[in-house]
Amino acid sequence: MDDVNPDTAAPSDRTPDTPRDPMVVIDGVNKHFGDLHVLRDINLTVGKGEVVVVLGPSGSGKSTLCRAINRLETIESGTISIDGKTLPEEGKPLAQLRADVGMVFQSFNLFAHKTIRDNVTLGPVKVRKKSKSEADQQATDLLKRVGVEAQADKYPAQLSGGQQQRVAIARSLAMGPKVMLFDEPTSALDPEMVNEVLDVMVGLAKEGMTMIVVTHEMGFARKAADRVVFMADGQIVEIGTPQEFFTAPKSDRAKDFLGKILTH
Amino acid sequence: MLDILEKYNILEAFWMTIRLTFFSAIGALVIGTVLAIMRVSPVAVLRRLGAFYVNTVRNTPLTLIMFFSLAGVGIVLEVSLVDQSSSTSLRDNAIRWAIVALAVYHAAFVCEAIRSGFNTVPLGQAEAARSIGLTFGQSLREVILPQAFRGAIAPLGSVLIALTKNTTVASVIGVAEASALMKVIIENETASVAVFLVFALGFVILTLPVGVFFTSLSRRLAVKR
Repeated sequence: MDDVNPDTAAPSDRTPDTPRDPMVVIDGVNKHFGDLHVLRDINLTVGKGEVVVVLGPSGSGKSTLCRAINRLETIESGTISIDGKTLPEEGKPLAQLRADVGMVFQSFNLFAHKTIRDNVTLGPVKVRKKSKSEADQQATDLLKRVGVEAQADKYPAQLSGGQQQRVAIARSLAMGPKVMLFDEPTSALDPEMVNEVLDVMVGLAKEGMTMIVVTHEMGFARKAADRVVFMADGQIVEIGTPQEFFTAPKSDRAKDFLGKILTH
Repeated sequence: MLDILEKYNILEAFWMTIRLTFFSAIGALVIGTVLAIMRVSPVAVLRRLGAFYVNTVRNTPLTLIMFFSLAGVGIVLEVSLVDQSSSTSLRDNAIRWAIVALAVYHAAFVCEAIRSGFNTVPLGQAEAARSIGLTFGQSLREVILPQAFRGAIAPLGSVLIALTKNTTVASVIGVAEASALMKVIIENETASVAVFLVFALGFVILTLPVGVFFTSLSRRLAVKR
């Protein structure tokens, strides 16, 4: 986890398209929803410890791409591999691989019938086969880390959106993931709760977690991203460092997008 | 009137009704849960089999299923559910086939009640379960079914009430439950309206608390979202 530190490794040292030590490799991926070609020949490699932020207008396919990485969406052609292992078809091997890939959803998706603590311990106990006491201890630590330890015995519906999303992050971290996927983690939050979630994410990024983040939070992209991927109409239009992308976008599509969101 | 009631063992007849209800309810719950899982499984063959079962059984009159169980399977095909040498084998065989018929029939309704429970569980719950590495079976056991059952409690209560009353159909294969005794009394005695009312009251006493209990249970266990 600590082999790459984004603070010291200047982002400009990296060749944008070929990270040194790949964690997630997406190669020639295509997908349709009916007539809509949502993913068009997507190629992207995410290095270990790298934070990649995926930006783009709604309907550009960025959420679909994020969900395809742990096969919540199937793909029609191409391959996706995680830490050298190609994503398996359904079944036990897929479940094992998903255990190594953390996922944070827009709508939190905490298990509604379980307490906060049980949400965090379920995976470690059932999948990692940890003892209940060990998992409880870990859950306490993780909940402390995301700042919701006082709510451990409550149910998800009793927490605010920001608290729920931080619990969801803790639930993913409890599995000791190799990579974390964030699918618009702050889009369903009230504005005053966005920062408490982003702070946790920035902390993770600083610790060297490999992260793929689909978001509309430009501030987070500037602050934490090693690279920004800009998608439109199912294609990757542009990849660059945050500085390059926000100050001098190359494509017209990106200029248009930035022009629309940064004028306010 | 009282002397009529003293002549017949009404409590024993209702005890049979309760036993029929209890055992067939357990059977229906087990079969119905399996059917519901089949109907939401990713395997198309299982889904179709589940749908076929529900559509066939649900649309067949219970009387026919009851009669077919004992007469068709039990007598013609000679499938016995009891030790033939026991002195009460005929009676017990009829009771057990009645339980089987009731369970098989109500399983279709249990399945649909649980399936409606599945629909109360948002898709995101299953996605979150899969994303932490739970297998299909683990996701069902740990996340989906517990929530689906809570969403299905009220309709399951209705099924249990219907089942209690449907035990009266067991009289067509000679099981001595409450309605069978009522027919006997009405045939032998006067005051048939009063006798009828006594038995009707007996069923209300059995089913009314079930309804109240299930309603409060569904409120207490409701999953807050």
